Amino acid sequence: MNIEAREITKTFGSFVALDRVSLRVEAGELVALLGPSGSGKTTLLRIVAGLEFPDSGSVLFDGQDTTERSAQDRGVGFVFQHYALFRHMSVYDNVAFGLTVKRRRERLPEAKIKARVHELLNLVQLDWLASHYPSQLSGGQRQRVALARALAVEPRVLLLDEPFGALDAKVRQELRRWLRRLHDEIHVTSIFVTHDQEEALEVADRVVVMNGGKIEQEGSPDDVYHEPANAFVYNFLGNINLFHARVENGKAYISEPVNGKPIPSNGDRLAYVRPHLMNIGREPQQPNPLPVRVMHINSAGPLVKVELATERGDRIQAQISHERYQELLLREDDDVFVSPRDVKVF
Amino acid sequence: MATTVLTPTTLRAPATARRAARQDPALVRNGLIVVGLCFLGLFLILPLAAVFANALSAGCAAYWAAIRQPDALSAVRLTLLAALIAVPLNLVFGLAASWCMARFDFAGKELLLTLIDIPFTVSPVISGMIFVLLFGAQGLFGDWLLNHNIKIVFAAPGIILATVFVTFPFVTRELIPTMLALGSDEEQAALTLGASGWRTFFRITLPNIKWSLLYGVILCNARAMGEFGAVSVVSGHIRGLTNTMPLYVEILYNDYQFAPAFAIASLLAMLALVTLVAKSIVEWKSERDLAASAAGAGDNR
Repeated sequence: MNIEAREITKTFGSFVALDRVSLRVEAGELVALLGPSGSGKTTLLRIVAGLEFPDSGSVLFDGQDTTERSAQDRGVGFVFQHYALFRHMSVYDNVAFGLTVKRRRERLPEAKIKARVHELLNLVQLDWLASHYPSQLSGGQRQRVALARALAVEPRVLLLDEPFGALDAKVRQELRRWLRRLHDEIHVTSIFVTHDQEEALEVADRVVVMNGGKIEQEGSPDDVYHEPANAFVYNFLGNINLFHARVENGKAYISEPVNGKPIPSNGDRLAYVRPHLMNIGREPQQPNPLPVRVMHINSAGPLVKVELATERGDRIQAQISHERYQELLLREDDDVFVSPRDVKVF
Repeated sequence: MATTVLTPTTLRAPATARRAARQDPALVRNGLIVVGLCFLGLFLILPLAAVFANALSAGCAAYWAAIRQPDALSAVRLTLLAALIAVPLNLVFGLAASWCMARFDFAGKELLLTLIDIPFTVSPVISGMIFVLLFGAQGLFGDWLLNHNIKIVFAAPGIILATVFVTFPFVTRELIPTMLALGSDEEQAALTLGASGWRTFFRITLPNIKWSLLYGVILCNARAMGEFGAVSVVSGHIRGLTNTMPLYVEILYNDYQFAPAFAIASLLAMLALVTLVAKSIVEWKSERDLAASAAGAGDNR
C-alpha cells in the first residue's frame, strides 16, 4: 500500500512542527525520516498513524483520504521508542492483543490466534520467551516483541518511531540489520524515524532528511550522501570543517576556517570538507595548502583522528588512515600542511 | 606479591573508624528511637487502647447492648449508606477527573486541579455550611425545595452530599501521579492495534492503575465513614434519623453515657484498623508490581 501526505501543517502553540510537508511512500518501500530533534519527523509519523491530527493537509492510503480516520481504524502497526509493551501481560498476550480485540465476526478462532502468535514469535526469534513478562526481557528483546505485536494485526503499513533509540550501540547495529532482512522478507510498506544518519543510510531504501518542519532532501542513501542538496544535509550526514572559499572557473579555493557564526562577505562562499577528505603532508601540496599545527591525535579506531590548529587558533578536524599516519610519523606539536581532497560549496 | 599479616589491633582500628563514619553515636541513635517510640505510644497506641478499655468497662453484655440499641443501629446504617453512595460516586468522578488531567492539556488545567483540592483546604464545617446556605430553609434553593417537598438539609440527602464533597479529592489525588508516571504510550499502542477506547481502558489502563485506585478508594472510604464536621452541620442531630456513627458518639458522650459512647467509638476504631491493614496490603502489592516493572525498565540490554 502506498502512503501520501499532502501539504501537512501542524503547530503546537506557537511552535510550527510541520510546515506544508508533502511526502509519498511507495508500496513495499522502507523509508527513513531523518532529522535532528524538533525537525518534525516524529510528528509526521504520528500523523500518518492517526495518533496526531494535522491542522491542515491530508493523509492518503492507496489514494483514499484517511485524514479523519482514528488510529483504531487505520490498520497501521506502530512501534514506539520505549517499546510500550503492556507490562501486566506476558509476551504471548502482548502479541495476541491486536488479534483478541477484533470485533467478534472478524476475530480468528482461538487456535488460529495461537498459531499466528507463535508464528510471529518465531519470526522475531523469541518463541521461547512467550510466557515471560516484559520486565524480564532485555531492551533488544522487548523491541522485537513490540515489532511482533505490531505485525500481528497484518498492518497495511509499519511505522517505527526511533525503534532503536533506547538501545546500546552494539544491539542497535544488530537489530537494524535484522530489521532490513525482515523487511526484505515481508515487504510491508514501512516508515521509520531516526536521528542517527548511519542508521538511516544503512537500513532505508530511501532517506527523507527533515529540518525545522520541512523536508530538505529525499533520495536514495547514495544520493543524499554523495549529492547533498544543501549545506544542512551535508552537515547533518557527517562531521564537517567549514572554510571561507572563493570560486574561480568552477574550482573552489579555501582560505581560513570559519569560526563561530559564518558570515560570508565580499564574494566569499562557504566550503564544507569532511574530516576524512583532508590530506595531511609534511610539504605544502597543491591545491592551496594551509599551514597548521598538530594539537591532538587519537589513533584508537579504524581511522586516526587528528586535531589541527591554524596560526590564528582555528581548529580543523582531519581523519587519516593508519598507514598514512605511520608514513608521516605524526606527533603532537608538529607543523604540517593540510589540503582538502574534495570540497562542497553551497 | 607481598603478604601482610594483619594483627588484631590493625584490624580493629579501621573497622571502628569505618563504623563511626557510617553511624551516628549510640546516644543519638538510641535517644531518637526512644523519642519516636514514646510519641507513637502516647499519641497512637494509648488512645486506641483507651477506646477499647472504656468500651468494655461495663462488661461485654453492656457493650453488646449499646451496639444493639435501635439508635445505634440506625447510626451505623446511615454511615454505611453515606459511604456506599459517596465512595462509588467519587470513584467514578476521580477516574474521570484524573484521566482528564493526566491525558490532556487544556487551558485552566491548574485551576481545575485547585478546585478539586478545595475539600482538602476548606474546613469541613465550612463545607457543611455551604450546603445549609444552598439547601437550607433560608438558603438559595430553600423555597423551591420546600414547595416541592424535598428535604436535603437535616436529612439523609444532606449528609450524603456533605460526605461526597469532603471525600471528593482522595481518588483523584492518588491517581494523577500514577497516570502521569505511566504515560500514554501503552494506551496509544492498544489504539493502533485496533482496540476501542473502552477496551483500552479496561484491558490496559485499569490493570496498571488498580493499586493506586484501590488505595484512593480505601482512604476515601475511611474518611467517608469517619467524617464529623461537615456532616454535623447538615445533620440536625435527630436521633435514629440523621445521626451517623461519629455524631452518635458525640451525643452519647455529651449525655455522660461513656461506656456506650466508647462502644460505638470502638466500631470506628476497628474500621480504622481494617483500613490500615488493607492499606498496607495494597501498598505492599503495588510496590511489588512497581519494582517488577522498574527492574525491567532500567535495563536496556
